[in-house]
Amino acid sequence: MTENPFQYAPAPESRSIVDIAPSYGLFVDGEFVDGGGKSFKTVNPATEEVLSEVAAGTAEDVDRAVRAARRAFTRVWGPMRPADRGKYLFRIARLLQERAREFAVLESLDNGKPIRESRDVDVPLAAAHFFYHAGWADKLGWAGLGPGPRPLGVAGQVIPWNFPLLMLAWKVAPALATGNTVVLKPAETTPLTALLFAEVCRQADLPPGVVNIVTGAGDTGRAVVEHDDVDKVAFTGSTEVGRSIARAVAGTRKKLTLELGGKAANIVFDDAPIDQAVDGIVQGIFFNQGHVCCAGSRLLVQENVHDEVIASLQRRIGTLRLGDPLDKNTDIGAINSAEQLARIRELSDVGVAEGAQRWQPACELPARGFWFPPTVFTDVSPAHRIARDEVFGPVLSVLTFRTPDEAVAKANNTTYGLSAGIWTEKGSRILKIADQLRAGVVWANTFNKFDPTSPFGGYKQSGYGREGGRHGLAAYLKGSDA
Amino acid sequence: MTHVLDPDAVTAETPPRREPLAPYRDVTRSDAAFRAFLHGLPGVDQVGAEARVAVLGTRSIKTTAKAWAIDTAISMVDLTTLEGADTPGKVRSLAAKARRPDPGDPSCPQVAAVCVYGDLAGVASEALAGSGVHTAAVATAFPSGRASRAVKLADVRDAVTNGADEIDMVIDRGAFLAGRYLDVYDEIVAVKEACARPDGQGRAHLKVILETGELVTLDAVRRASWLAMLAGGDFIKTSTGKVSPAATLPVCLVMLEAVRDFRAATGRQVGVKPAGGIRNTKDAVKHLVLVNEVAGPDWLSPDWFRFGASSLLNDLLLQRQKLRTGHYSGPDHVTID
Amino acid sequence: MSSDRLAVRKTYKLYVNGAFPRSESGRTYEVTDTRGHFLANAAWASRKDARDAVVAARAAFRGWSGATAYNRGQVLYRVAEVMEGRHVQFCEEVAAGEGISGSKARAAVDAAIDRWVWYAGWTDKLGAVLGGANPVAGPYFDFSLPEPTGVVAVLAPQRSSLLGLVSVLAPVLAGGNTAVVVTSKERPLPAVTLGEVLATSDVPAGVVNLLTGDAGEIGPWLAEHDDVDAVDLTGAPAGRAMELERLAAGSIKRVVRPPAEEPDWTADPGLSRLTPFLETKTVWHPMGV
Repeated sequence: MTENPFQYAPAPESRSIVDIAPSYGLFVDGEFVDGGGKSFKTVNPATEEVLSEVAAGTAEDVDRAVRAARRAFTRVWGPMRPADRGKYLFRIARLLQERAREFAVLESLDNGKPIRESRDVDVPLAAAHFFYHAGWADKLGWAGLGPGPRPLGVAGQVIPWNFPLLMLAWKVAPALATGNTVVLKPAETTPLTALLFAEVCRQADLPPGVVNIVTGAGDTGRAVVEHDDVDKVAFTGSTEVGRSIARAVAGTRKKLTLELGGKAANIVFDDAPIDQAVDGIVQGIFFNQGHVCCAGSRLLVQENVHDEVIASLQRRIGTLRLGDPLDKNTDIGAINSAEQLARIRELSDVGVAEGAQRWQPACELPARGFWFPPTVFTDVSPAHRIARDEVFGPVLSVLTFRTPDEAVAKANNTTYGLSAGIWTEKGSRILKIADQLRAGVVWANTFNKFDPTSPFGGYKQSGYGREGGRHGLAAYLKGSDA
Repeated sequence: MTHVLDPDAVTAETPPRREPLAPYRDVTRSDAAFRAFLHGLPGVDQVGAEARVAVLGTRSIKTTAKAWAIDTAISMVDLTTLEGADTPGKVRSLAAKARRPDPGDPSCPQVAAVCVYGDLAGVASEALAGSGVHTAAVATAFPSGRASRAVKLADVRDAVTNGADEIDMVIDRGAFLAGRYLDVYDEIVAVKEACARPDGQGRAHLKVILETGELVTLDAVRRASWLAMLAGGDFIKTSTGKVSPAATLPVCLVMLEAVRDFRAATGRQVGVKPAGGIRNTKDAVKHLVLVNEVAGPDWLSPDWFRFGASSLLNDLLLQRQKLRTGHYSGPDHVTID
Repeated sequence: MSSDRLAVRKTYKLYVNGAFPRSESGRTYEVTDTRGHFLANAAWASRKDARDAVVAARAAFRGWSGATAYNRGQVLYRVAEVMEGRHVQFCEEVAAGEGISGSKARAAVDAAIDRWVWYAGWTDKLGAVLGGANPVAGPYFDFSLPEPTGVVAVLAPQRSSLLGLVSVLAPVLAGGNTAVVVTSKERPLPAVTLGEVLATSDVPAGVVNLLTGDAGEIGPWLAEHDDVDAVDLTGAPAGRAMELERLAAGSIKRVVRPPAEEPDWTADPGLSRLTPFLETKTVWHPMGV
């Protein structure tokens, strides 16, 4: 290939907008306090530079946070006029919008995701979630959950590292709108935007104790989940951890919602709008480096267009720009952690060992940091691990089908059931296939779209409960039909 | 209503239809076959296409990339005047600008062509002689195309005779929307033949204007693009500039996909020219990003991509001055044409 | 009926996949009235019977969940019609098994049949009440619909042998799920009769499977079964609910925890027994020309 004359010069977003402290405590009862555990470092996965030291919450710290949340629930947030609760959420939504650039840059630094995504997806959607739920606060009687739904009390929430601020919003906004108070544990590798969010809570004058943020690793999360005075547990993360949480809350009064892993089929029929389908495949698996529970990681392509689709896909992948997450032209950023990178490498190597064909574009990886190139496996059999296990990385497995029935059977042949995609120009086929897929979200002729009004969540071992929309409120309320 | 021709009757009075390139030789054998082919092209999902251009629209083109893009965009401009009030003087003034867009900076590239009505093609070509800047003329009863074929072909021959080395024709949108695809095809073939220079020295380059603002859907844009390429068009062009909307990024995206796919299938490369509505550097750069990432760098030259524009050039020049001097310029620092 | 006629007694068996097998284990147990008088020998279902029932329920799921809501409503209403015809038998079994007066038994049977009718009417309302269009911020049509969870294992209430059973079973079916039910251990006879009703209604084989026996014995196998999607622990033996819920966590089952004590089944259940066995599916499609 001859040298392309149109080389995009680096266009980095300035990081001067963020001010990262050398260390952070826990946010409990409206104050930053020291944690009892050994603090840990959070690094920029694109450079391995240490960004800050963050406190690790112990069981005692979690207990302090839960007590603060209980107090706030009993004395302030529970009794508060619903309309006023709504106003606080509106304030938070506006503050997130005002400080959107700061959040976006910080998210990309701590997570490794491209600034284009943190700026155009994560942060605006997070603000939208608060704005949407703010309006619900004084309208819960109309949510279809029976008369007089009531909050549960204290919600313990544990969120993952793939969409740190957005997952926080998905958890905190509905909890607060329904009158609960919150103890939230951000992921170990991505605590910074949650800590910046604590500052937003202070700017909003949110009463102390309504939102408490306890950073830490798995032990801290376990302490949140297992605390006796927590009424509700909400978790997003791996199915494996979801299982242990479901076991931990068994036999308690705690209401549980789980949003777990996925292995979504993205089904491309021969009459698909091919260019948009290829974009959708790319968006489906390479968005956020594939660190997406609903990623379209299994491409099911009709056999009679397989070669054409794969050729288009490879050409399109060749235009993706991998590198500095803060560069506004970056499409694929860094893998979030060394640990995750190791897992992706391992599964990718297993794919080769099991006989699938691995394809990667010519792609220079930065010398430092955690990187994995966009990868497409063809000749994948349904028995291969890369066709069954969640890779949680930029790795696509391509399988084929001949008839709609076969497509549905293969799509459903998984223990997961979070999402699926359908690409065809035939309307009645879309509706039929969508009806037959056992998945909580079906994107037809689009993929990876999210909205606060739209319920999201899984079938089968992808979890239970919904986030977003009227349905998402049920997770945080009790009443006859909640 | 589709005219279904008796395939046997086709050859009776008219000469055999010129066949498209392999592997598409047989697609024009009947109206039904051509319709089946064009309607068998993959559909375009409008929302997805718009989402794609929106993402590409966020590409941040800075410093060296921007300098390259501005110079490239200037070199791709078909500097256009298509007014009833056009005069030889106006055309000469435009030609001077085309040869030397920035009088204060000899390093500034020339534009690709000056685009005028056919009766002024002679004035333009005389004023551009020896410069390397092409003379483009609109023809075929531009902009509506509502005239008999004889008149349209005469229009083309007249422009070519006057010195146009590029012809911007309009397709018969009425026929296209009515499903008479072979009529549209035959007309493009005939116009291309009429582009032959009277002296036998080759023929004028043919740009086929689809007038996408009247085709409305992106599916129709894709079909019209393929039709024009199969008929032998050297360029496919979005718009006359007389219909709104004119060039839009989603339309340009679909046309770039079409030329990319056409070359992959036939080996023949066709150019793309968005025209109308591209007024500033930002728009032009967005188009270049689209060219780069959709059709590919092979199209990043005036041979394969043009901007049909008038006011765009001055904005490119202002931005160019800003990059060179480091400070912002103003309208008095570029020439009014 | 003359009083000196020797009655023809019924053999009470399991109801699995539309048939009435004995337990593959060959086991039975004695069912008595509340005073200890012999009523019948019930089949004592084993884990293999439970396994067979899950296979039957899974096989029936596609057809039952794929039927139109109107059709499911009519089939369920038909069940109520046939129950009505067995009214006397149900009353006798409920009175004997629960040790209540004839009039109380009649009230319970009436309520059970009416409850069944109530749920039959829900099938084609759920989509409108629980689904809807979502006004997303973009050019997409986005809607959410309730869909059945799949195969539901139900540990039926131990005390209320018919009204309680109907109250936990009918909502599972109305939502489009198929069911494997472990009936009240000591009061299983109305359940078996209900099985006969189901077999003679239009309910397809496998949609409902009724296992008489011990929830404490079969429950763990069902709770841990990977092809069971949800488990209702209402009738779980005292003190066993936590263990069963833990087992259910292995395949991320939806779990309905048992109430502290068996509730008053005559109360209006609202949607509380429908929604735990419904998934929400959200579908997006662009809107363009």
